[in-house]
Amino acid sequence: MSRVRRFNPDRDVSPWKGPLRPYDLLKEVTVAFRVVAVLVVGLAVLFGSPDEKAVTIKSWSSANAVDFATTAITELDGTSATATYGPPYNATPDASQKIGPISLQKIAGVHQPVNTTQDFVLGPLTTIAPQNPTLTGALATFRSADDKQKADWEAAYETSVAKAEWMNGVLVVPPGAYGPVATMISSLTSMAQSGALDTSMVDQAHFYGTNYTKSLLFVADGTYLEGLATSQHLGGDQWGMMNETGSFPGQAWLWAYTMWYQVWPFNGPWSANADVLVWALMMVLTLALIFVPYLPGLRSIPRWTRVYRIIWREHYRSSKV
Amino acid sequence: MTTTTPRDPAAPLPEDADQWTAKARGALLERLPAEKLLPDRQPAYLSSAIYLFGALTLAALVIVMATGGVLALEGPTWWHVSSTGLFVNSLHLWSVEAMFFFMVIHLWGKFFMAAWRGNRQLTWMTGAVTFATSIGAAFTGYVSQTNFDSQWISTQAKDGINSTGIGAFFNVLNFGQMLMWHIVLLPLVVGLLTGLHLLMVRRRGIVPPFALDANGKVSRDVEVEQ
Amino acid sequence: MTAVMALVGALINLGGPGHYLHWGFLQISLANVIVIIVMVLTFVAAVFIPVHRRKDRS
Repeated sequence: MSRVRRFNPDRDVSPWKGPLRPYDLLKEVTVAFRVVAVLVVGLAVLFGSPDEKAVTIKSWSSANAVDFATTAITELDGTSATATYGPPYNATPDASQKIGPISLQKIAGVHQPVNTTQDFVLGPLTTIAPQNPTLTGALATFRSADDKQKADWEAAYETSVAKAEWMNGVLVVPPGAYGPVATMISSLTSMAQSGALDTSMVDQAHFYGTNYTKSLLFVADGTYLEGLATSQHLGGDQWGMMNETGSFPGQAWLWAYTMWYQVWPFNGPWSANADVLVWALMMVLTLALIFVPYLPGLRSIPRWTRVYRIIWREHYRSSKV
Repeated sequence: MTTTTPRDPAAPLPEDADQWTAKARGALLERLPAEKLLPDRQPAYLSSAIYLFGALTLAALVIVMATGGVLALEGPTWWHVSSTGLFVNSLHLWSVEAMFFFMVIHLWGKFFMAAWRGNRQLTWMTGAVTFATSIGAAFTGYVSQTNFDSQWISTQAKDGINSTGIGAFFNVLNFGQMLMWHIVLLPLVVGLLTGLHLLMVRRRGIVPPFALDANGKVSRDVEVEQ
Repeated sequence: MTAVMALVGALINLGGPGHYLHWGFLQISLANVIVIIVMVLTFVAAVFIPVHRRKDRS
């Protein structure tokens, strides 16, 4: 059964009935392999590859104890970026991004639960409290206080912590009504500097662990990691998605993903929902790329631009003869 | 005198024709006979270097997978502590860069040839999906480096991925999950898609040039059976 | 330690700070610009360069 329809040069082509030439497919593939292998080995010998050491909670808190403490108090009082993130970490209202009225983030729900107060502060402190009577007392005082009292202590500490100084193993804050919070944050900073917080925050781990959700979120809430990234041009508003550390080439193929973040309206009125809007746009463009054969106009570009006349010039020349 | 035609060995006996195996063999051989799978001739219009880029992409992919395999032999943190490991990591990185380099040029070439013409839509589409999947495979590789780069990339990428709801299930901060996607699931998918793409190319052949009429314009006066 | 390890086997040290080019809202690393320019030149060259195969003797 066959159907005859109008010829569309952007969709159809008559089968080739012209001359064939000998061609050694396997030989060509082997030559291609050798060429690429030599190229890759050459590039690896010439340039190597980058390996910037990971930041640890230990290295962060040792390099900048005040930044660590400033982040820790926001994790305790639930005002950090992670604590107010929304799904998939927690159910913070109105935190999810939307396309129009639809929030895919909210629909997907909380599947990677993170409670920063417990997971980043109280939980780790509880593991070291047995060795530290002062801390045990501070935690007991904190837990027995009502929510208003806790909030007052936390707010007072958050106001003063930027002026804190790390001295002789203690975080010294200007005097204020912090209750047990100052002791707790100072103890957490010591714990961080010892390296114990790095291991205790690995998720789903009972000895073995490969899920670093919590420690990564904690580190990313501070300014240390971001400072290192920005100095290497990896920031979101620096087209960072395309870049690599040092002078290495990065991921040039991500140009279209990062470009939208740099332009209006994604960096202006739509910035609150920029992520989901950029992703949605990129999905549409990716589908357009996949379905080019069916898209009139788009599939006519090859014919209009005439690059094919160069590619097939020998064929056209020999057909004229 | 009567002559009997010799029986085609690939054709099933009448009583076996309903078998799944017999039907599958028939369908496969009809679409991909040996001379299409491994041709020794090609149309004369293939005379530009742009035609080499598919093979170059494939070669780079093979090296990506081979170097990835070597990295797998010693585990994901070997390259931080061994100069041999660092060199193999460099081979893996540069073969990925080479693969995207050749793949994009291959895409440009095929686009300007309108290589989807003549029932070759699936060839184009499998190629485009392979491209998109490769980007995902590369991403899971970047977050599996167990260094500063993977920390930054994962904590940044989480926002985009979480905003779509996918982050609830695809947790870029979960190293174990990302590594397994990178070394098991995505290579399988990329391999399968590449295989399908290659089979489509072999089945339909390389797209012929635009036909030009006597005035040198693209001709439309052709009836084509579908 | 890290810098040294990055250099092992590498004849050219790309570990130093990258150079970035700015043009309006565009910001791109020198390395990426080089890669993209080489890609475009390679594509143009490939389109023009002929590949001559053995002519059919029959």
